[in-house]
Amino acid sequence: MARTVTTLTRFNMTSLALGLAFLYLPIVILVIYSFNASRLVTVWGGWSLRWYHEFFNDRAMLEAAWMSLSVGAVSATLATLLGTLAAVGLARGERFRGRALFSGMLYSPLVMPEVISGLSLLLLFVALNAERGFWTVTIAHTTLTMCFVTVVVQSRLTALDRSLEEAAMDLGCDPVRAFLLVTLPLIVPAIVAGWMLAFTLSLDDVVIASFTTGPGSATLPIRIYSEVRLGVKPEINAICTLVIALIAVIIVIASFASKLSSARGESAAPL
Amino acid sequence: MSARRIFARPARLAAIAPYLWMVLFFLVPFGFVLKISLSQTAIAQPPYTPVFDFTEGRAALAAAFAQLSFDNFHLLISDNLYILSYLRSLVVAVTSTLILLLIGYPIAYGMARLPQRWQAVAMMLVIVPFWTSFLIRIYAWINILQHDGLLNQMLLALHIVSAPVVWLSTDSAMYLGIVYSYLPFMILPLYATLSKLDASLLEAAGDLGASPRQAFWLVTFPLSLPGVGAGALLCFIPIVGEFVIPDLLAGSSSLMIGQTLWLEFFTNKDWPVASAAAVALLLLLVPPLVLYDRLQRRQLEAGR
Repeated sequence: MARTVTTLTRFNMTSLALGLAFLYLPIVILVIYSFNASRLVTVWGGWSLRWYHEFFNDRAMLEAAWMSLSVGAVSATLATLLGTLAAVGLARGERFRGRALFSGMLYSPLVMPEVISGLSLLLLFVALNAERGFWTVTIAHTTLTMCFVTVVVQSRLTALDRSLEEAAMDLGCDPVRAFLLVTLPLIVPAIVAGWMLAFTLSLDDVVIASFTTGPGSATLPIRIYSEVRLGVKPEINAICTLVIALIAVIIVIASFASKLSSARGESAAPL
Repeated sequence: MSARRIFARPARLAAIAPYLWMVLFFLVPFGFVLKISLSQTAIAQPPYTPVFDFTEGRAALAAAFAQLSFDNFHLLISDNLYILSYLRSLVVAVTSTLILLLIGYPIAYGMARLPQRWQAVAMMLVIVPFWTSFLIRIYAWINILQHDGLLNQMLLALHIVSAPVVWLSTDSAMYLGIVYSYLPFMILPLYATLSKLDASLLEAAGDLGASPRQAFWLVTFPLSLPGVGAGALLCFIPIVGEFVIPDLLAGSSSLMIGQTLWLEFFTNKDWPVASAAAVALLLLLVPPLVLYDRLQRRQLEAGR
């Protein structure tokens, strides 16, 4: 009798299959149509690389892509550094004054509407008289993505067996050496996954970048967004497919990292 | 002193740099939003008359306080446009969260019942779209929904409709886009609670004579409520301030508050009103944000 309650029913299978199809089908269609030879997006004109060619000859688009990749790399690196430090403070710092404020500042950007973060950072940059462009976008993205890094690394740190680093200290390591020799190697996979996540989030953002960038330095999503507002263009399909391919590579690396991490410890980070 | 406490001190020192960073780039900017929301619009660059100028001493500060302007907030409540967009944001966020729950729950439930080995695969499949660019996923839908897009072609070919249906620039397209984008955020916390559910509780319910349906409503669902709460907050809060999805998929007849803010800022160049809209939006979000913060802290710091 109990068996009927816990096993998979046909309803469960159907909802799962439909759900996954819903998540993936649009992306698959987009990728297929990026190889469409026809200018009309909806008419299939045979396979072709024409739109990729077009993209690689589109100077403005390439510049935007370069801007996005460099903003992504620099901000993800900064975010990983700061986010890991924050995670160490939260997971190992016990109680300290301002802890609630600290965790609040780190958790709320995860859900904060981007229009608010973007507008508030822009007003800060204007007040500081900072020239808007690469660095302002990078700082804005660092601020957002370091929170995601913190969550990933913190959940790894709390799952970690603390007796390991305590043993290292009993054996004469000072805390910093115990951290560098014992803790850090164990959380490297989470840190790698955090960097990847930060990079993809930065590569994805339209709203915050629109607020904080200056004239002449548009990121790729900003350009895609302004093209999309005018309608569907086959070249955009090609660009999107390239971005998806890049992200797929990143996901493979990140999941490899988290597999390493779960091989070494019990549970991997949730993201 | 225990090793744990000796370790805590350098760990706290490590937090100093990110602490300062977040104060400077997250907390302080809200001060500027508040400040500018209280100043007058001006045709200048930047387009507002500052209220506080701390360099000019206390007398100037007092004078500034005297001319603090609540005009922008007054405008927000007196002009229908703002109230309507405020309400619309709420309606859209509540409706989408409910739809997400209705769709996400069965999926998460199905995932939790898969054999262990397949659960990891299903989890991965749900997470991957979360990594894939959100703008690209909306764009993928525009491809499908446009006038001569795949959906209309299919419906025409199957003789379900006789003329192409207008899908883009409608509320249904917007809801579709929102549900599509936020579905992983709903599924993951639901799955997290459902997969931890003790199966023996269900067996016990079955042994005591509950039908599977009764067992679900009396045991599974109540126990999954923390996941429902987390998923709902994770979706509701960002959807209220959503800009890109309604901008690309919904019609322009009624705007959400995020769109109004964008319009005031970029098109009308009225920074004070945009800031006032941001403050109003933030006030609305404070209670769910506090709830969310508490949930997140409990989850991340469990086992301490």
